[in-house]
Amino acid sequence: MHEDLNWAIGGEAGDGIDSTGKIFARALARSGRHVFTSKDFASRIRGGYTAYKLRTSVDEVQSVVDRLDILIALTERTVEENLDELHDDSVIIYDGEQAGMSNFEAPEGMTGLSVPLSDLAEEAGGAIMRNVVALGAVCEVAGFDVEFLDEALEKRFGDKGSSIVENNKKAARLGAEFVAEEFEETFPYDLETTDNDYLLLNGDEAIGLGAIAGGCRFYAGYPITPATNVMEYLVGRIEKFGGHVVQAEDELAAVNMALGGARAGARSMTATSGPGIDLMSEAFGLVAQSETPLVIANVMRSGPSTGMPTKQEQGDLNMMLYGGHGEIPRFVITPTTIADTFHKTVEAFNLAEKYQIPVYLSIDLAMAVTEQTVDPDEFDIDAIEIDRGNFVREDEVEQWQDDQGRFQPHLPTEDGISPRTVPGTEGGIHMSTGLEHNELGRRTEDVDDRVEQVDKRERKVETAREREDFSPREFGDPDADTLVIGWGSTEGAMIEALDFLAEDDISVRYLSVPYIYPRPDLTEAVQEAETVIVAEANATGQFADIVEHDVLERVDRINKYTGVRFKADELAEEIKDILSEPSEVIA
Amino acid sequence: MSTDVNFTEFKSDEQPTWCPGCGDFGTMNGIMRALANKGTPPKDTFVAAGIGCSGKIGTYMRAYALHGVHGRALPVATGVKLANPDLEVIAAGGDGDGYSIGTNHFIHAVRRNVNVTYVVMDNRIYGLTKGQASPTSHEDFETGTTPEGPKQPPVNPLALALAAGGTFIAQSFSSDARRHVEILEQAMEHDGFSLVNTFSPCVTFNDVDTYDYYKDAIVDLADDEDFDRTDYDQAKEKILDRDAEYIGVLYEDEDRPSYAQAHDVSGDMSRLDETPPDGVKDLVDEFY
Ligand SMILES: Cc1ncc(C[n+]2csc(CCOP(=O)(O)OP(=O)(O)O)c2C)c(N)n1
Ligand code: SF4
Repeated sequence: MHEDLNWAIGGEAGDGIDSTGKIFARALARSGRHVFTSKDFASRIRGGYTAYKLRTSVDEVQSVVDRLDILIALTERTVEENLDELHDDSVIIYDGEQAGMSNFEAPEGMTGLSVPLSDLAEEAGGAIMRNVVALGAVCEVAGFDVEFLDEALEKRFGDKGSSIVENNKKAARLGAEFVAEEFEETFPYDLETTDNDYLLLNGDEAIGLGAIAGGCRFYAGYPITPATNVMEYLVGRIEKFGGHVVQAEDELAAVNMALGGARAGARSMTATSGPGIDLMSEAFGLVAQSETPLVIANVMRSGPSTGMPTKQEQGDLNMMLYGGHGEIPRFVITPTTIADTFHKTVEAFNLAEKYQIPVYLSIDLAMAVTEQTVDPDEFDIDAIEIDRGNFVREDEVEQWQDDQGRFQPHLPTEDGISPRTVPGTEGGIHMSTGLEHNELGRRTEDVDDRVEQVDKRERKVETAREREDFSPREFGDPDADTLVIGWGSTEGAMIEALDFLAEDDISVRYLSVPYIYPRPDLTEAVQEAETVIVAEANATGQFADIVEHDVLERVDRINKYTGVRFKADELAEEIKDILSEPSEVIA
Repeated sequence: MSTDVNFTEFKSDEQPTWCPGCGDFGTMNGIMRALANKGTPPKDTFVAAGIGCSGKIGTYMRAYALHGVHGRALPVATGVKLANPDLEVIAAGGDGDGYSIGTNHFIHAVRRNVNVTYVVMDNRIYGLTKGQASPTSHEDFETGTTPEGPKQPPVNPLALALAAGGTFIAQSFSSDARRHVEILEQAMEHDGFSLVNTFSPCVTFNDVDTYDYYKDAIVDLADDEDFDRTDYDQAKEKILDRDAEYIGVLYEDEDRPSYAQAHDVSGDMSRLDETPPDGVKDLVDEFY
């Protein structure tokens, strides 16, 4: 009996792989099981191969592993692509009557179940339902009640009418019955269910949900993988809250529109990925210089240039930290889990307005496209507070005017935070500019003004350091000699790696860093440890460089830049290697 | 809205650094008058400007304003207007700003038809960078960067706007104050994107497209009784005729809905409660 089950459906792009995967993932979540999904889209080899994979367990799952137990193979290629992960207990479900699959035989030792997917689907009402037939077959193999699919099918097909839903339910049952009747085998899988009920969402959706919950009302964006889902999530939903989404003509327009929305007083956001961040860096300086609160989400993919658009990387840290000419105060936040992404998105809007500063909110492709189950308790809407910072209304405007009644939007206050009014506010009229300016927002090249304003903008960051909690998230053994540091989506795999390491009696202190700037002071933790390892999905160790810079101490590095996310077992191995000998890079 | 707004309320106490005689003075004064005539107070006005001598307009007006980066005034204006439709939003800049670096935004702002009035101070030269050829410079216009002239035809901004589905396309002359104000008022009244390409002579670097030149060359469409600005074919004919410098409203389409109408955007998005509205819980439930 296996404690977790690894399942995949694979075929050609356009075979409905994604939606089938989601239906199964949702059904598992409803049955009280945890789910962690991953996608192979645009594969290593040319062609349209695509797969949706999931790992499910009654315990929380936060990473993928190299094992595949049940596979729906719509093409022979699907089996070839996953050969490494298949094993003797693997079951492959395919349609032997389908063109191209009639000569297929499961590899030696594995169980192949030829199910007439299309025929059974026709019987249920249409060949289009063949994937659902296959899901029914999977339920039978996995010892999972086919009824759990019903709700997911209703959700998926509900708006197409009740007869479509009923046909799909029937299709699933025909698949399950076929396996039960036609095959003698008993399968080594028996999925346990619980009373839990989890939410299932991906990182992009967590940003979208967090944005609406956090009061975002205006979004302007330009499509780019893997950030587009944020925009697609918001459209059709944000309007219910009085908001709007614009598809701009390019990223320059997107960020400037969002800036306009923010200047009009709306909580505003744009989301993009690396190439778009490059284009936005022009306006990024303007946002900071005009002290406009703006959230820019960067859903990282593999670079540079157009790089590998559908592959994982944490390669934009330097760009977010240092991008843009001149010196630009900013916040850089890198949530570490899906629930954390939701909370940090809300926080990003609060921080942007409290400090009137641009905020980079960055997750990576691995988290953006991964659907994962999360505890609904982590999405407590009632706990959310919206803090608009020093947003000055008409009745308080006077105290922020100079002796000539002019509003001072860049007043160099002690904490660096100036008052802010929005158009429509009597007595708050002002202009803002990307040029250096005085407290009134007027252009200046005066030495004193210049220094005062630079200091003022930097002081906001200092104030934030004092007032906000930028702590790392801490896991593992706090007293361990080995310290591993990671940031962003590495957290899930690393937490599971701790279990693998524990099996070998290796105890590790693990710090997961969700704030890059301002960031936690890691000096003490680094100095206390004997071995310090920074693990990140890039080649040069951008965060490792930062740690070395901050602490003035050398660290070991684990760098992965294959385009594939970290896996728990592999991380554990890397750590073991470093502990036994000097470091090496995985390529 | 009150109609007792005085145009001097729109004057900033900052002294313009434009060269004496620069056309931008007239362009700006016209905008202030038109706003006052319309009864829009400075607090409800937003001026989004680009970079260039022309882009300084937001600095010299008393209104909410953003003097942004080169070529991007239109996206900023779009964001402001969508986030708060109650504001009168003016985008302003030069011919280089709008028809060179900002061309992409220009075309798409026209298509999008957001209710913004875009005033381009067209001096057919780059003023602020001291006299290089601009997209509207004549083919043989000699400058430091084009010693023998650009040798390429000037952009026809009105034709670009027409081709992009423009719903209000006008041209004016900054020193014909009466007509300039009239045209601007109509532009502001138009519900949709309005282009007002304004001849705004650069007295320092352009000795070809001068006040004297315009005085002779301008043909005011208001004097042409047969001209119907809602007639697409007539508009097209005038717009493509580059031998005359037309002023007036060359084309208006009142039927095409503005972006806000088409997309049902209304209401000020700046108002926000301290806690998320109830509906957010339904969004969470969608993930079950
Ligand atoms: C990205 C960028 N490129 C170049 C410049 C330099 N620049 C400033 S103004 C300008 C041209 C302005 O010409 P126009 O829009 O016709 O305005 P005018 O000064 O004539 O009113 C240029 C190229 C800049 N500020 N930013
Ligand atoms: S350089 Fe030309 S455009 Fe600029 S202020 Fe002087 S006259 Fe006006």
